[in-house]
Amino acid sequence: MMEHFFSVLGIWLGVIVTFAIFSFLYKDNPFYKVAEQIFVGLSAGYWFVYTIYFILIPNLFDPLINDFAGNWIKLIPAVLGIMMLMRLLPKTGWVSRFPIALVIGTTSGVFFLRYLKSDVINQLTATMMNPFTGGDWVVVIGQIMLVVGTLTGVIYFYFSKKHEGVFGATAKVGIYFLMISFGAAFGYTAMARISLLIGRLQFLLGDWLGIISP
Amino acid sequence: MSENVKKKQIDRRWIFLLLFLAVAIPLIFVIGLPIETTENVRMVHGLIEQTPKGSKVIISFDYDPASKPELHPMGKALMEHCFDRDIKVIVTALWPMGVQMAEDIYSKIKDNYPDKKYGVDYVNMGYKAGGIVTIQAMGKNFRDIFPQDMNGTSIDELPILDGINNFDNLGFVFALSAGDPGIKQWVQVAHDTYGRPVSGGVTGVSAPAVIPYVNQQQQLIGLLAGLKGAAEYELLTETPGTATSGMDAQSVAHLIIIIFIVAGNINYWRNKKAEKKRGE
Repeated sequence: MMEHFFSVLGIWLGVIVTFAIFSFLYKDNPFYKVAEQIFVGLSAGYWFVYTIYFILIPNLFDPLINDFAGNWIKLIPAVLGIMMLMRLLPKTGWVSRFPIALVIGTTSGVFFLRYLKSDVINQLTATMMNPFTGGDWVVVIGQIMLVVGTLTGVIYFYFSKKHEGVFGATAKVGIYFLMISFGAAFGYTAMARISLLIGRLQFLLGDWLGIISP
Repeated sequence: MSENVKKKQIDRRWIFLLLFLAVAIPLIFVIGLPIETTENVRMVHGLIEQTPKGSKVIISFDYDPASKPELHPMGKALMEHCFDRDIKVIVTALWPMGVQMAEDIYSKIKDNYPDKKYGVDYVNMGYKAGGIVTIQAMGKNFRDIFPQDMNGTSIDELPILDGINNFDNLGFVFALSAGDPGIKQWVQVAHDTYGRPVSGGVTGVSAPAVIPYVNQQQQLIGLLAGLKGAAEYELLTETPGTATSGMDAQSVAHLIIIIFIVAGNINYWRNKKAEKKRGE
């Protein structure tokens, strides 16, 4: 009984907040503002509690309390975390530069290796192929476009030579490939936004009104 | 922009209303427009079909409710497909709310699979912070990173995790990803470092950045992109769900958008020509 009540209450709250947010499409209004502020407040509260219970307690406090000898090394990130928090006080803000520097340095190192292998070496290797083999004419055309698009695209971003003559024409072909890729990205974005509207309407028409099966 | 052009523009609220109706009406009155499957989705389907029965796989739920309309149908269809094929599912999450997303799907489908047991055929390991560093550590020692499941049950008491020490013991990794950390990090570590097959499903917005990984190097084996990818997968697995029912609305809305883009461009060129005539 109680479970059903809270389920219905949850749906109604979802409906009210959905309409409050949608009302912004007409014009800015107090209902939208209230929904927006509730979202911001809830998110902040949720993340605060989540960080304590699902990050700090299981990864730091529990290991230190249960087996300090085996986990004392976790004191180092704990101290770095406290140094980061000192940013909140103007006088001690400079202390936070050290953990920030460490984060930037390690992140750069990790990402450099990963992206070099995955986004440069492997991607380039995937382009080094005989485009005329491997399937029917649709596949062959696709492979030719992959090779031509990659080469001309890279040439467009080569700025140490003036874009004129054959070099300029090749760079121009690269621009067309880039334009087509921007169009495809826009198409995907439009599809994604419409999908979100579909999701909301499936909730309104299905879960709330029961007109369609959810 | 000249005042003349501004006057000719229609109030954008009419477009919002039209799009709202274009989505709502096909959801109520189903048209049943055909859905064609694409190679990327067939590759994902083939990967699951070719995975031997009894294999253990990771499905990583790296999204939150904001991406639920696109990624949830994929997750549901995929989990059903795995259960149908007797593939054991280990759920992880690089996003905190991914845990609840996976549980929501499992609670909806578990009644259809009475022989599947938690801890034997399915387990939810919960959320782990750290993104790429966590995946990297999982590749070295899975048991160190996930000593217990989301309920606090020790990994040693869960039969599904017997013999799981690193990625070598897994059939494949499937990432349902809405951004960072997500599918990119799984490709970088699970495939490019440890050589395990990786596949995934992404939101429409992130699809253009992820599709290049579906290449001859097989950094990704297929990709489900947006609601269309989810609908195609539902079609292949013969489990029509919310993605399939949403495709009519998607197609009609796209038609409206195309009409407005064409009309806007015609209007733009006409205005430009008129301004040229007037010598502006």
